[in-house]
Amino acid sequence: MQFDQILQYTLSGLSTGAIYALIGIGFSIIYNSTGIINFAQGEFVMLGGMLTLFFINLLQLPLWAAIPCAVFCATLAGLLFERLAIRPLRRPTPLNLVIITIGGSILIRGISMLLWGKDTHSLASFSGDDPIALGGATLLPQHLWILGITLVIIIANKFFFYHTISGKAMRACSYNSRAAGLVGIDVRRMVLFSFVISSAMGAVAGIIVAPLTMTSYDVGVMLGLKGFCAAIIGGMSSGMATVVGGVLLGVLESLGAGLVSSGYKDAIAFIILLLILLIRPQGLFGKAEAERV
Amino acid sequence: MKRELIKFLLFCLLVLVAPLALDGGYLLNVLLFVGINTMLAVALNLLLGYAGQISLGHAGFFGLGAYLSGILTATYGMNPWLVMPLAALVVGILAWAIGFPVLKLKGHNLAMATLGLGIIIYIVFNETVDYTGGPSGFSGIPSLSLGGIVFDSDLKSYYLIWCFALLVILFSVNLANSRIGRALRAVHDSEVAARVMGVNALLLKVQVFTLSAVICSLAGSLYAHTVTFVSPASFGFNFSIELLTMVVIGGLGSIYGSFLGAALLTLLPEFLRAAHDYDIIIYGALLMLMVMFMPGGLVRGVPDLIRRIRSAKGGTGHA
Repeated sequence: MQFDQILQYTLSGLSTGAIYALIGIGFSIIYNSTGIINFAQGEFVMLGGMLTLFFINLLQLPLWAAIPCAVFCATLAGLLFERLAIRPLRRPTPLNLVIITIGGSILIRGISMLLWGKDTHSLASFSGDDPIALGGATLLPQHLWILGITLVIIIANKFFFYHTISGKAMRACSYNSRAAGLVGIDVRRMVLFSFVISSAMGAVAGIIVAPLTMTSYDVGVMLGLKGFCAAIIGGMSSGMATVVGGVLLGVLESLGAGLVSSGYKDAIAFIILLLILLIRPQGLFGKAEAERV
Repeated sequence: MKRELIKFLLFCLLVLVAPLALDGGYLLNVLLFVGINTMLAVALNLLLGYAGQISLGHAGFFGLGAYLSGILTATYGMNPWLVMPLAALVVGILAWAIGFPVLKLKGHNLAMATLGLGIIIYIVFNETVDYTGGPSGFSGIPSLSLGGIVFDSDLKSYYLIWCFALLVILFSVNLANSRIGRALRAVHDSEVAARVMGVNALLLKVQVFTLSAVICSLAGSLYAHTVTFVSPASFGFNFSIELLTMVVIGGLGSIYGSFLGAALLTLLPEFLRAAHDYDIIIYGALLMLMVMFMPGGLVRGVPDLIRRIRSAKGGTGHA
């Protein structure tokens, strides 16, 4: 009985963890190419879910058509955000960037509230709600969708960053944007790219999680913060470390909620975040970097 | 120094006569909250504007002060005037203890850590239902009284709160112009350079963090006794952001700027009644526009703008 419970919590933790990982990778892509922590990342996750609903309900599109439309629109929002808010910034100090992305997230949330109201909506599961028995626990088909899609996106990501010219150029920018500029890489375009990729990934995460958790104009805050936790645990890498971070966070949170108290579920994530920040700010797997003056 | 004193006395005069001009009524109630928010914004500005350290969890300290005052007076029947410094002491010790590890962090890590703290405090308010009443809130907090005067009307509360707010302003202006204020600005500009000059940067940052938390706690106590009801919703992440907005809009590193920011953001939703639900859009847009076009805030941005318009006019005149 106890074992079954733990298995159940671990399984559901795995799929929420996958979502955190996707969002976390979005954070680290932008961070690595620009040094910006995009506090609006969670809003693109929210936009993914809400836009899908919008296309299904209002335009009567089928799910398979609504999803790409939603991802496209959310990505467009990410692109506009970079062009209209980040790039024109005259004094991009870390403090100013934190404040402007927070401003952006509030603005996007506010506009969504204006457009779609404050209600919580649910999105139908992609392929039914019949649970699949697995040992003593059950798994929803949506969990499988989440795990599968996350896996595909992470592999695609890896391929993009290591085997395409644009991906390599973006990695060059993340190592040293000045040097990348000197060898002819258009750094500003790469920054724009990083916003496009991470908002698209965020939107996908928001769409695949919506059938499980419901969606409303303000779900982005928590999802974004959890994604950031995953990225911190992973040491701001855009690879496996963040995936492990996200999954770890999801499973611990799910176990904590199930075995301790569901009210403290979100607190668990933030206690983990604080512990990591205080003990290993470079992430679980990162090497400590000497601070240069 | 003399100019600072004159500025302060003029400000006192403004605070003193404002209720007379308003003739009581609803707006007075709003001005009372301007006072509380001014205290909070000044407190955050000491940390953010002077020392350059961001905090996204200050609503948590505000809430701790409010809840401690509320619970200790209403549930345990303690004297409010005793509880207020006690709550401030507890919050101060807490801030001091978390300050050392947290303020070693920089930039976005510091932002996230303080945000996490704020959210944890908020969740505790929600979950410790036996003490705080949980999400539905905690009521029955007594009003403050002094001698025979009970501070139960808007007018009386207004003067009480602004008494505290003016003290906080006077203290902060003096602090900012003191040796400590200069050390804080040095830490802001370059922590390394400040350390080379013999400033114990971490200790100084923790001290200002603690001071700022104590002021927030004090404001929280006043809030609890004035409203006589507290609920977690007033102390969440959004309010921390609202405080940040006040400081940025007013002007980082300007005490009177914090008053301007607090006044603007408290009054704005009242004047935009029709847009009441949409004030978060306005906050977001204001925050972005200020950082983009007026990074110095209103106190520096507006004179700058006037100067620029004047010189532009002067320029065409010569041509």
